[in-house]
Amino acid sequence: MMDNSYSAIMARKNEIIRNSVGMDYTKFELPGIGFDYEAMMAATGYTLEELQRVQALFSVGNTPLIELKNLTTLARKCAKPGFGARIFIKDEATNPSGSFKARRSCTSVYQAKKQGYKGVVTATSGNYGAAVACHAAMAGLKCIVVQECYDSRGVGQPEIIEKARKCEALGAEVVQLTVGPELFSTVLRLIEETGYFNASLYTPFGIAGVETLGYEIAQQFRSKIGKDPDVVVCTNAGGGNLTGTARGLRKANCNAKVIGASVNLTGLHMASDEQFNKKSFTTGHTGFGVPFSVNPDRSDVPRSAARPLRYMDRYVTVTQGSVFFITETLASLEGLEKGPAGNTALAAAFRLAQDMPEDQCIVVQETEYTGAGKHINPQLSFARQNGIDIHFGDPKDEIPGKSIILPSHPSLIQVTDVDLDHVRRSNIKAQVGAHKDELTDADIRYLMEETNSSEEFVRGVVASL
Amino acid sequence: MAKKGDWVQVHNIVLTPEERSASLPEDTKKHPLEMWVKGWLQEDAELGDEVEIITRTGRHTTGKLVKEAPYFEHNFGVLVPEVLKIGDMVREITFGGNE
Ligand SMILES: Cc1ncc(COP(=O)(O)O)c(C=O)c1O
Repeated sequence: MMDNSYSAIMARKNEIIRNSVGMDYTKFELPGIGFDYEAMMAATGYTLEELQRVQALFSVGNTPLIELKNLTTLARKCAKPGFGARIFIKDEATNPSGSFKARRSCTSVYQAKKQGYKGVVTATSGNYGAAVACHAAMAGLKCIVVQECYDSRGVGQPEIIEKARKCEALGAEVVQLTVGPELFSTVLRLIEETGYFNASLYTPFGIAGVETLGYEIAQQFRSKIGKDPDVVVCTNAGGGNLTGTARGLRKANCNAKVIGASVNLTGLHMASDEQFNKKSFTTGHTGFGVPFSVNPDRSDVPRSAARPLRYMDRYVTVTQGSVFFITETLASLEGLEKGPAGNTALAAAFRLAQDMPEDQCIVVQETEYTGAGKHINPQLSFARQNGIDIHFGDPKDEIPGKSIILPSHPSLIQVTDVDLDHVRRSNIKAQVGAHKDELTDADIRYLMEETNSSEEFVRGVVASL
Repeated sequence: MAKKGDWVQVHNIVLTPEERSASLPEDTKKHPLEMWVKGWLQEDAELGDEVEIITRTGRHTTGKLVKEAPYFEHNFGVLVPEVLKIGDMVREITFGGNE
C-alpha cells in the first residue's frame, strides 16, 4: 500500500513528475545555479512551423486581429492633442475552448498522445482546464482537471464554477478542492494513480505553443497595417502568456515593446480562505504575477518555461474597477462581449495609448470567452454579495478586498508601474540563495539573461546580498 | 435515497487541519482541505453514506455521498445598474456632441 500522506507524496514529487511529463529536466541543469533555458525550449523538438501545423490540427490559431476604432476615439478624447495610439486586439476567444490557452494545451496534449499516455491531468482553475479538456476530447484522451474552487463555507468563485461546467461539458473529470496550495499533492496523487501525462501550464511544450501568437501578431500587422506594432500588452499571471508571445515576436524579428499588465490585488493573500471570495479576479493579477516573476520555479515542474522577467520591458498594474469598466466599454463601443480577466491588458493599453502619438499602434494580444459566472455582471454581483463596496469614483482609491471603484470618467483609468529593478533584485536573491560566495562568471551571465539586465547590475545586487 | 447508477457527488477530507502544510495563513489552517468529485454511484445509498463511484475517466473512488443529481446553478447575477451606466457614459463621450 502506497503511503499517501501529504509528506510522503511530496517526497516522491521528483519521480512522479519525471514520469509524467516525458522530459528529463536534470539534463538542462548547469554546474552552478543556472540551467540552459534555450536547450530546454529546443528539447520540445518542434520548430515554430511545426507548432503551427500541430495547432492547425486542433483548429487553434489564426485568430482575428481587430482594430478598436471607437475605443481609440475614446482614448484620444482623454489624451493630449496628437496623442492616442491605434488600439488593436487579438481575438483569442475565437480559439476552440475560448482563450489563448488553447495554444498552450494543444501542444501538450499532442505530445501526451504521441508518447502513448492514456490521459492528461492538469491543475488549473482557469481557462487552461477548458483548453486541455477540449484538446483531450479531440485527441481521444481522458482528462482530469483539478481546481481550487471553494472556500471553507463551500462557496465557489462563479468564474471557477463556470470553468468546471465547461470542462465537464467537454468530457473531463473535475476534482474540486477548497483553498490551499496542497492542491499540488492531490495532483501528484492522481498522476500516480492514473499514470496520465502531467499537462502542466509550465512545460516547454505549453510555452512554445504561445510563440505562434506573437508570431501571428507580427505577420498580421505587416500584411494588414503595413508595419510592426509599437507596443504589445500581455495580461500577466504565471508569465507564460508574456513569455511565449515575446519569444514569438522575436522569432518574427519584431521589436515591439512588451509590456506586462496585472490586476492589482496587493494586500490579499492567495492562500487565505477568508480572502478567497473577496477577489474578483482569479487570474491576471499581482498575486500570481509578482511572485512568478520573482521566482518562476515555484510551479509544478522543476524548471518553468515561463520566465517573464527575461522579456518584460515594463510591468504595470491596473485596478479591478478599471478592468470591469473597460470590459463593459468593449461591449458598448465595439460590440465585443468578452470575459474580464483577459481584458486586464486592455485596461492598461487604453491608458498607455494616451501617451503614444496617434500614428503608433498598441496591441492587446488576447481576449477570453464569457458566459454565466464569468462576466462583468455576475462577478460584480458576487462581489457585492460578499460585502465589497462598489461605486463610481477615482480608481486610485480602490482597496482590493474592500472596494471596487468604477472610474467615474474613462480619463481616470491609470496604470501604476511595478518597479522592475526591485523584482529583478528579488529574483537574483531567490536564485542565488546560499550560493553567493560560489558564483562563477557563467552564473552571472545566467542571472543577466534571467533578469534581462547588465553585468554591472547583477554584480551590484549580488554584492549587496 | 440514491440508486445504483445515479450521477452523484461525493466529498472527502483530503487533509485534516493538523495534516496541512505548515506554511498556510492562520485562517486557512483552521480548516481541513476538502475535495468534491462526481461519478456514477455503485450501490444504492442514502445521503451521508460512504460510497463508491466511477468517475468520467473510469476511476473508482470513494467518499461521502453529498449530492444526488448535481447540476450547475451559476448565472449572470442580479442587476448591477452601474454596468448600464458605464455603457451610457462611454457612448455619450465617444459619440455625443461637445455641449
Ligand atoms: C485569459 C487569460 N489571460 C491571461 C492569463 C495569464 O497568463 P499567464 O499565467 O501565462 O501569465 C490567463 C491565465 O490564467 C488567462 O486565462
